[in-house]
Amino acid sequence: MAIVKVLGMETEYGIIVRGAAEPNPIAASSALINAYVASLDQRVEWDFGDESPGRDARGFVREGSVAPEVETHLVNAVLTNGARYYVDHAHPEFSTPECSNVWEAILYDKAGEAVLARSVEAAGRYLPAGQQVSVYKNNSDGKGNSYGSHENYLMDRAVPFSRVVQHVIPHFVTRQIFTGAGKVGCEAAGGERVDFQLSQRADFFEEEVGLETTLKRPIVNTRDEPHCDAQKYRRLHVILGDANLSEVANFLKVGTTALVLAMIEDDWFARQGRDYTLATPVKAIRQVSYDVSLGQPLLLANGKRMRALEVQWEHLDLARKYGEDSGFGAVGGVEVGNEIVRRWEEVLAGLETDPLSLASKLDWVAKYRMVSGYRERHRLGWRDPRLFAMDLQYHDVRPERSLFARAGMERLLSPEDVVRAMTEPPVTTRAYFRGRCLQRWPWAIAAANWDSLVFDLGNDPLRRVPMMEPLRGTAAHVDELLARCRTPAELLEQLGS
Amino acid sequence: MAEREQIKKQAPSRSEPEQVEEVPAGSKRGEELKAELDDLLDEIDEVLEDNAEEFVKSYVQKGGQ
Repeated sequence: MAIVKVLGMETEYGIIVRGAAEPNPIAASSALINAYVASLDQRVEWDFGDESPGRDARGFVREGSVAPEVETHLVNAVLTNGARYYVDHAHPEFSTPECSNVWEAILYDKAGEAVLARSVEAAGRYLPAGQQVSVYKNNSDGKGNSYGSHENYLMDRAVPFSRVVQHVIPHFVTRQIFTGAGKVGCEAAGGERVDFQLSQRADFFEEEVGLETTLKRPIVNTRDEPHCDAQKYRRLHVILGDANLSEVANFLKVGTTALVLAMIEDDWFARQGRDYTLATPVKAIRQVSYDVSLGQPLLLANGKRMRALEVQWEHLDLARKYGEDSGFGAVGGVEVGNEIVRRWEEVLAGLETDPLSLASKLDWVAKYRMVSGYRERHRLGWRDPRLFAMDLQYHDVRPERSLFARAGMERLLSPEDVVRAMTEPPVTTRAYFRGRCLQRWPWAIAAANWDSLVFDLGNDPLRRVPMMEPLRGTAAHVDELLARCRTPAELLEQLGS
Repeated sequence: MAEREQIKKQAPSRSEPEQVEEVPAGSKRGEELKAELDDLLDEIDEVLEDNAEEFVKSYVQKGGQ
């Protein structure tokens, strides 16, 4: 049986500083994160004068976040919602806490946007006069530089990796038709004739399988770092997706992929006699992304030709049958599974008949509608900088500047839930234990990591609480225990750590 | 609207009739959609970065993962 698909998303945000003689994105990202953490507790102001980005984040432990166990020279914080907020590759990056289903995953990803928006606001108070920072949830600067938005899925290590590769690549290539965030122009060689494409990331993939994430990026990344019991689990680290602002697109990106991975674990493709292996997957990524008409067929390894949409229709059929057979246990149960299938079908049907009917559901369609409407109104060529500016500004996290916020997009999440998720952990994974401990005893936690918490009670040696099972440490497991303990010393005694 | 024509396509002949159903019944008429888009474009004119060319030029990122 497929295991529960524990999920997490990591997003590197684009960042620019205006009004600085020599903008430094690392310093700006650090200032952003420090300003956010300081804003959580107005009683203690963060004094940037005495700090440098080189120091770790111990200074704001009392505000409810701590330095991670792995020492880096960049700013790093673990938040009380169980998320990690840090500087990576000259970008601010937000990693959601571990989530046990797609609803939680998109909620915490959206909470990440809210954290970044609040950070921008807070940073304004600390930057030198005349300087302004802004942040974008996108994946490319339009000049050949890309930064990632990664998805993570818990997998059973017993499943042969070759099977994962074989059956997940066709989904990754063809899911772009609903996961794409849209892009004006093209950054790959030979793409001069591409005016608009479905995906932000398609231009940057050069291999089928590999370990790299910054150069020669592969469709399937082989990074083997499970952050949990490595004997039992694998963490599939998915690097080719676009960062979605649309809640529907994000729901489908994570939901359909979790479902396809569960099907792979249960060997459902082989059991149903299906194989959509593509003849040239790397080429096919761009073919799909560049084909706004959605009409081009892809060549399969078996010689057949199918459009990306047709490949997706067949995946949907397989998933529906799989749900009837399995009960959708791996993706959170029948209700969640049925919702994934229902929305999947709705979007595929829209793409077949009239893609523009999905302008309130999919990022690429919303962006395409705006950009092409603006282009017609002002009679602009496709290379006009105003269209590139609109592309970037679609992703601005500041509500007053964001074009996404004006697109009339369908919302799946309540604003109250998003605000709560900025500080409260999900209740169904080990992130709950991490978040609750950080809320109650931040002064006693020396370090936090995905798979452990390290307590420092003063006199004794540091005490480490391992958390090797992502689905242990939930509210159901530890609420009673935490209520019983008045101090971290009592907690450690009860845990026998 | 040329692009709209360009990307609008015939529904394929799928076996199950429910998969080729028309655009959802709640969808609005063309004129309404156009008015909505016009309003959106007006708003974009207001909030779009003042100097688009400079903004696009200055938007340079270090590569990431």
